[in-house]
Parts: sequence; C-alpha cells; structure tokens
Amino acid sequence: MIDSTSTQVIVDSLITTKPASSSDWILHHVMDGDYLDFSPFFKVYLPQFELFGVDLSITRHVLFMWLGSILLFIVMTRVAKAYKSSMVPKGFTNFWELFIIFVRDEIAKPTIGKGFEKFLPYLLTAFFFILFGNFLGLIPFSATFTSNIAVTATMAIFTFLVIQYGGMRNNGAFGYFKGLIPHGVPVFLLPIMIVVELLGLLAKPFALAIRLFANMTAGHIVIYALISLIFVMQSVGWAGLAIPMALFIYGLEVLVALLQAYIFTMLSSLFIGMAVHQDH
Amino acid sequence: MIANNTFAFIALVVSEAEGGSAGLLSVNGGLAFWTTLTFILLLILLTKFAWKPILSALKQREDAIKDSLEQAEKAKDEAKQILAQNQNSLAKAEDESKKIIEQSRLFAENLKEQMIKDSKAQAKKLIEDASAEIDRKKNAAFDELKNQIAEISVQAAEKILKENLDAEKNKKLVDKYISDISKN
Repeated sequence: MIDSTSTQVIVDSLITTKPASSSDWILHHVMDGDYLDFSPFFKVYLPQFELFGVDLSITRHVLFMWLGSILLFIVMTRVAKAYKSSMVPKGFTNFWELFIIFVRDEIAKPTIGKGFEKFLPYLLTAFFFILFGNFLGLIPFSATFTSNIAVTATMAIFTFLVIQYGGMRNNGAFGYFKGLIPHGVPVFLLPIMIVVELLGLLAKPFALAIRLFANMTAGHIVIYALISLIFVMQSVGWAGLAIPMALFIYGLEVLVALLQAYIFTMLSSLFIGMAVHQDH
Repeated sequence: MIANNTFAFIALVVSEAEGGSAGLLSVNGGLAFWTTLTFILLLILLTKFAWKPILSALKQREDAIKDSLEQAEKAKDEAKQILAQNQNSLAKAEDESKKIIEQSRLFAENLKEQMIKDSKAQAKKLIEDASAEIDRKKNAAFDELKNQIAEISVQAAEKILKENLDAEKNKKLVDKYISDISKN
C-alpha cells in the first residue's frame, strides 16, 4: 500500500532542506511554548517544573486555557445572575442566551432526544470551552490552545467517556456492547465485527480530535505563510497581496472558530445520541 | 502519488516531533493533564454556578410564556363564550319584552273595548232607566193630574150644586174653574 522507499526519500529530502526554512518559524508560532510571545517586543518566560517525571510546565497554551476558562466562568456566572433579577434578558444576557438555547434546541434536543438534559452541562461546557479557545486564538500575541493536539485529544477522550457513559447508563453495560454489533450477524463473523466495531468506537473521538486540531491550526499556518511571503520574497510590495489575503483568511477563521465549536459539540451530541438510543 | 505526498507530510510533521523540539502532532502529557484538570473543574463549576441556574431560568421562562399563552387562549375562548351567552340572553330578553309589550297591548285593547262596550251599555241602560223613570213620573203626574182634575171637577160640581144659581151663573163658574185649571 505504502511505497515506503519513495516516502522515505521524500522525508529525507525534506529533513535535509528543513534548516533555515520558514516553516520552522511558522510552527514555532502555532505550537505550544514555554514563553508568552510578544515578538518583536519581548518574551515572558513561564514557570517550568516536573512532577513524578511528568513535565507539568505552565506553557503558553495552559495559560491561555486558564484565561479562557476564567473568562467563560465570569461571563456565564454573570448571565446566571442576570436571570435572578429579571426573567427578561437584555443585551449581554440575550447574546449568550442565544448560544445556550442554540446548543440546547439545535444540537442536544434533536440528536439525543429524550433525556438530553443529562448531557447538556457537558455539551455546553465543551461548546463554550472550544468557542472561547478558538476566539482567544484570534487575538494578536495570544495562542490558540484548541489548535494543540493534546488539548483536542483530551476533549475527544472526554466525549468518548461521555458516549460510553450514556450508552451504558441507558442500555446497561452488557446491553450496550451487545447493541454495538448489528443484529443477524453470523457467528463466524463475530470476531471481525467486534474488531471493526471497536475500531469504529475509537475512530469517532480520534476524528473529533484531529478535526478540531487541524482546522484551528490550518488557518493560523496559512496566515503566517502569507505574512512570511513578504519576507521570503524580501519585498514590501508583496504586502499588498499578502495582507489582504491574510485578512481574508482571518475573516474565514472567525467563521471557522464558530463552526468548529459547533461541529465538535454537534458530533459529540450525535454520538451520544447514537449510543443512548441503539436502534440500528 | 497523492498518497505518497500525504504520508510525506505526516512524516515531516512527525519528524519535527522527533527532531528535538516538540512537533505539531506530538501529544504533550503535561498539557493533557492541565486540560483534564481545567476542563473537569470548569465542568463542575459551570454546571453548579451557571448551567443549572441558566437552564432552569430558561425553562421557567418558557413555561411562563407557554402558560400565559394558554391562559390568554382560554380567556379568549371564555370571553367568546360569555359574549355569545350575553347576546343570547339579550336576544331572549328582547323577545320577552316584545312579547310582554304585545301582550299588554292586546290586554289594553281588550280592556278598552270592554270598557267602551261597558260604558255604552251603561249609558244605554241609564238612558233607558231615565226614560222609564220619565215615563213613570209622567204617568204618575198624569194620574195625579187626573185625580186632581176629577177631584176639582167633583169639588166644582159640589160648589155648583151648593150655590144653586142660575144656569148662566153656573156656566160662568164652570168656565172660570176650567180656565183656572188650564192656568194651573
């Protein structure tokens, strides 16, 4: 299937040409790091430490994750408080209520159906956590923690756990795993089916993690690549093309930021719904 | 070819991970740990302080809206019913009043006719009575007159007889008495 020798050749050639290439610079900005990057002005180095042999450094992405979480918590507690004084939402409350009702009525209710209220807190938290992360990443000098595979993979594992929890809670542990295999499968096919279904089970969160990571990374890489065009070509004239293009991609990223939060939540909800109601 | 390029790209990204600094696809355990911790904390805190109050407030509001809409609908129906009832009773009352008026009109007419008839009869009777009375009185007067005349004539005859005068004198006397009577 894979022409390993030719792949090896390409990789080797890429590695040898890698030094001094601009991709290094781009990846540096997109990836996690142990400092806050305010280049070209200054860098703020963050505390580094290890615990039980695990690197638990407070990195750029950890810091922005906390920032987003704190922001999210402040916003939502304010919204919650607004309802205590008046049932009629105004401006600020109205804006956030729009998203909450959207997650409830357009995502959770149609995909999970009966008993969707149980999963609402998880879906809402995931939605807003990703949303805040995506939008935080669009602010200059900040970092997008949702474009880190470690973060998206962790989120996907959470979804995976919630899916299994939902499935087992509604159908029983045995009933759930039995329900994974379609009815009427010949006995001799069972070993294969079990493997296939298990792979399918794992593929869902894997796809979730990769989708969010790739979408949030790609836009940033394209913007950096367009900007670096000016430096690669060593001419300010390229800014006339690169800046509008980068702006356009930035506009696209605003949409993608919203869309990816929606897609992650929607698919999580869909998978939960499929696990809860196992009607093939 | 495309597959080869794709694998080459993935290999490149992975090779970055292997080559010293962490690559794009390398999973940083520390970050995963912090994400887990942050997310669980966020989930618990938001559920307690935000989602539960917000969702219950939303539900409450929706229920209130639904209730008030239903109530409005009910009130509208009720009002319609009451209006129909009112109209019904109004029409009934109108009918009744018409009937009453008709009845009283009929009664009054009857009464009037009766009264006219009665009064006519009474008047007739009165007239009859009066004329009968007049007749009776007249007859009585005639009778009395007759008696008086008879008496007077008898008295006159008596006087004549008593006077014993000549015929001429008698005649004069009779004439005198008769003229007296007629004067009466």
